[in-house]
Amino acid sequence: MEFSAPVLNYTLLSPMLILLGGALIGVLVEAFVSKALRPITQLSVTLGSLVLALVQVWKIRNEQSTGAAMGSVVIDGPAVLLQASILIISIISVFLIADTEQFTALAASLPGSEEERHALQTGNQVTEVYPLTLFAVAGMLLFPVSNDLITLFVALEMLSLPLYLMAGLSRRRRLASQESALKYFLLGAFSSAFFLFGAAFLYGYSASITFAGIRDAVVGSGGNDVFLLIGIAFLSVGLLFKVGAVPFHAWSPDVYQGAPTPVTAFMAAATKVAAFGAMLRIYYTSFANAQWSWTPMLTIIAIITMVFGSLVAIAQRDVKRMLAYSSIAHAGFLLTGVIALNKAGLEASIFYLFAYGITTVGGFAIVTLVRDSAGEVTDLNRWKGLGKRSPWVATAFAGFLLSFAGIPLTSGFIGKFSIFSAAYESGAKSVVIAGVLSSAIAAFFYIRVIVLMFFTDPVEDGTSVVIPSSLTSVTVIFSMIVTIALGVFPAPVLNFISTLATFIR
Amino acid sequence: MNSLTLLMLLPIFGSVAVAATPKAKETLTKQVALATTLIVAAATIAMAVSFQRDNVDLQFVEKYSWIPTFGINFAVGIDGLALVLILMSTILAPIVVLAGWNESHGGRWSVKVFYILILVLETMMIGVFAATDVFLFYVIFEAMLIPVYFLIGGYGSGQRSAAAVKFLIYSLFGGLLMLASIIALYVMSGDQGGHTFDLQALSQLQMSSTTQNFLFLGFFIAFAIKAPLWPLHTWLPDAAESATPGTSVLLLGVLDKVGTFGMIRYCLTLFPDASKTFTPMILILAVISIVYGAFLAIGQRDLKRLIAFTSISHFGFITMGIFAMTSQGHSGATLYMFNHGFSTAALFLVGGWMISRRGSSTIADFGGLQRVTPVMAWSFFLAGMSSLALPGMSSFVSEFLVLVGTFTRYPVHAVIATFGIVLAALYILIPVQKALHGPTTAGNENLSDLNLREKIAIAPVIAIIIAIGFYPAPLLKVINPASAHVIAQLGFTDPAPTNGDK
Repeated sequence: MEFSAPVLNYTLLSPMLILLGGALIGVLVEAFVSKALRPITQLSVTLGSLVLALVQVWKIRNEQSTGAAMGSVVIDGPAVLLQASILIISIISVFLIADTEQFTALAASLPGSEEERHALQTGNQVTEVYPLTLFAVAGMLLFPVSNDLITLFVALEMLSLPLYLMAGLSRRRRLASQESALKYFLLGAFSSAFFLFGAAFLYGYSASITFAGIRDAVVGSGGNDVFLLIGIAFLSVGLLFKVGAVPFHAWSPDVYQGAPTPVTAFMAAATKVAAFGAMLRIYYTSFANAQWSWTPMLTIIAIITMVFGSLVAIAQRDVKRMLAYSSIAHAGFLLTGVIALNKAGLEASIFYLFAYGITTVGGFAIVTLVRDSAGEVTDLNRWKGLGKRSPWVATAFAGFLLSFAGIPLTSGFIGKFSIFSAAYESGAKSVVIAGVLSSAIAAFFYIRVIVLMFFTDPVEDGTSVVIPSSLTSVTVIFSMIVTIALGVFPAPVLNFISTLATFIR
Repeated sequence: MNSLTLLMLLPIFGSVAVAATPKAKETLTKQVALATTLIVAAATIAMAVSFQRDNVDLQFVEKYSWIPTFGINFAVGIDGLALVLILMSTILAPIVVLAGWNESHGGRWSVKVFYILILVLETMMIGVFAATDVFLFYVIFEAMLIPVYFLIGGYGSGQRSAAAVKFLIYSLFGGLLMLASIIALYVMSGDQGGHTFDLQALSQLQMSSTTQNFLFLGFFIAFAIKAPLWPLHTWLPDAAESATPGTSVLLLGVLDKVGTFGMIRYCLTLFPDASKTFTPMILILAVISIVYGAFLAIGQRDLKRLIAFTSISHFGFITMGIFAMTSQGHSGATLYMFNHGFSTAALFLVGGWMISRRGSSTIADFGGLQRVTPVMAWSFFLAGMSSLALPGMSSFVSEFLVLVGTFTRYPVHAVIATFGIVLAALYILIPVQKALHGPTTAGNENLSDLNLREKIAIAPVIAIIIAIGFYPAPLLKVINPASAHVIAQLGFTDPAPTNGDK
């Protein structure tokens, strides 16, 4: 048997390679650098790798190639846009992760054990969260550029496994945090199994694991084969799980609530970009010609997801759970971009993902600031009168909420408008109407929080807003600027997206 | 100064100046706000003077590319209808600032925030009437809810936050329905020659009558909530009761006009066939609003709620005038929008002074004010007379035009609506009699009369009401060509006046 050496285009793969290299350095730093220097070293390595990767992505923005890694990785316009979005979101999330207060000193110790107390007292804070973040980001970069099912699965696991761990790292309410990690892991493993099952059927159908091969098979057979249908269905379950669409959403409120808030911010924003990126690629390239087999199913899921997310969010009393259900509703809105299946839909989805991701990180950054002596306060009733205590923090949060609600002059509105008009253009009118109505429902609970913050008198129970660290301030201010700028002058970004957003096959 | 963009920027500059004033000097803050609104009013009047009255095309047109990817422009321009409404808004703004000099005290936030909100709102009030790009209109239509929301919730009284939320949810719901229609228009424009939001281009779109009906409803429901038309009015009394008098003036006098303005500018222009289809139903709703609003106004014990219900009745008249599809009806409706702004302002401002002096808004708590505070009582009386459309008052002209314009085509509706005038006499004369006449109620003996500032604020309002009442020609000369143009575009000709001998 002859062995041919794989040909890799290192330039095109460099963003991912840089991150993996940075992550490995991070592991070494964890082992060899003294505990006093560790946090700052880790932070520098992580930020350095992310920024370097972003620079590399910028450099390859005009490349188009399916040959980056023997046909397994495809670099094209959407890939560059999605990777850049993931990296920017990750950078501002790392600013939040830099707050070590949020993370357990020794994740390996039992909650409440002597070991844990000892680690806390001696200030022996482990910082494995940084390399874990880098591994996850590397997986997220690979996910939307995968060009075959095996790479897609590897990327899925690569981004998921670090996230399972990170969800369990919370310093306070450690049991809840670990419970959420376990839940996330079990359900995630379950959905991976579905994903693999679907991949196997697709291979059985098309005799190929590459997206191009599946596409050719679909074009050749007319797309109404039982193997293909089973394959699409099960693969979709795996992907829909990652984006948190109903009925595969059950993990997200618990995980959002249990995970340390910086991790929640990272996970909520960046995972969504990666997962929707992958989804867009496989549906737009491989399954496009079988659209009548999957658009009805996806339409129903999108409608249920947005209506369910909006309705259940009304009943939430915890800000993190509320944002979790809001993100479910947004997953529904984003699915309309997948259903649209046209260039406008692709552009709109990418814009929406970026805008929503930035706003989400900003929103969770505010959540990290509202605390009492026992840590973060996420009970909404204790957010009463926040506007009186710290007008600027409350105003920023109100701005993010208005963007979630899609009020004009915020990025959320432009996102919603573009994604709904793309869906309408493709004839998916029912989704647009459901989307508009659930936006109205959703507006209600966002506004309720604004009422709580501004129009209710504060309660004296020790809730206070800590002075944000300079890194957190950067995140909040950057998110706010992007949210407003994309709402008022979205033209440059929309133009940039529109020149690049074409999948190559 | 003939640039609408510049006119829109002026209040923004003013709000920056207000923000820059030191926190301790509240009077300076108010003076800056007042000066800004006065400058804007003067600039608008200057624009109105150079407006070509017989030209039915849009004037002062400006167009800048905003989001080219979606074919969105920052495009403004005004016809006679928009000019009249912008004129009304910018004249009301300094009056509201001056009349409500102390309204900003006792709010949740500082005086500065109050005036920043007012000035930002003024920019949007100009923009919403001037926009000729549907997307721009929608953006301002929705965005202007936010300052009003904070004005009601932050500076109002009573159940202010509940009222503010109710207002916002109703309006957002309507707005989102309109968004769905706008998206449909946008997509259709893409199929028929390129994505655009230009009102002129969109009005040329070809669409099936079913589509047109649905899209019409998306717009109409949003405007009917705003206007507000029965049965979508329930947010208004609560909002008016809780808001400060000045905010109520802007809310009922200007913001609600966006609803009736939108019916003419968007519903009729974009969906002429659907407008005709729905006319019978809308006229019935309008007549119900007239009578229902009047009956409920009679039953109110609270002064502010009473004024709110009278407005519902008046908006019924305006809507009826619009959908009567005659040029008199249209001119009457447009003039009514202008007049209603001032008569409601007079009622709310004088009512607000009465309430703040007495510390109660219950009508029964007043009595015999004529003797104690003659100037205030006379002002309220005149405002009331204007509201019930007494001949010689401005509202009479417009109400008469609406009824005449409606009668030629829909006599039954006009006859029923005429009962609204009788009811109007009741809902105004009952509170006038209770509050102003009769023996002085205990606790009212020491009420102070209007001070100089308040007199200066109310004088121009009453002067305008009486001046237009006697000589409406200057306004009608601006309005009539625009109305005739709309009616002609819809393909209607005015029916010959019904002959009494027939």
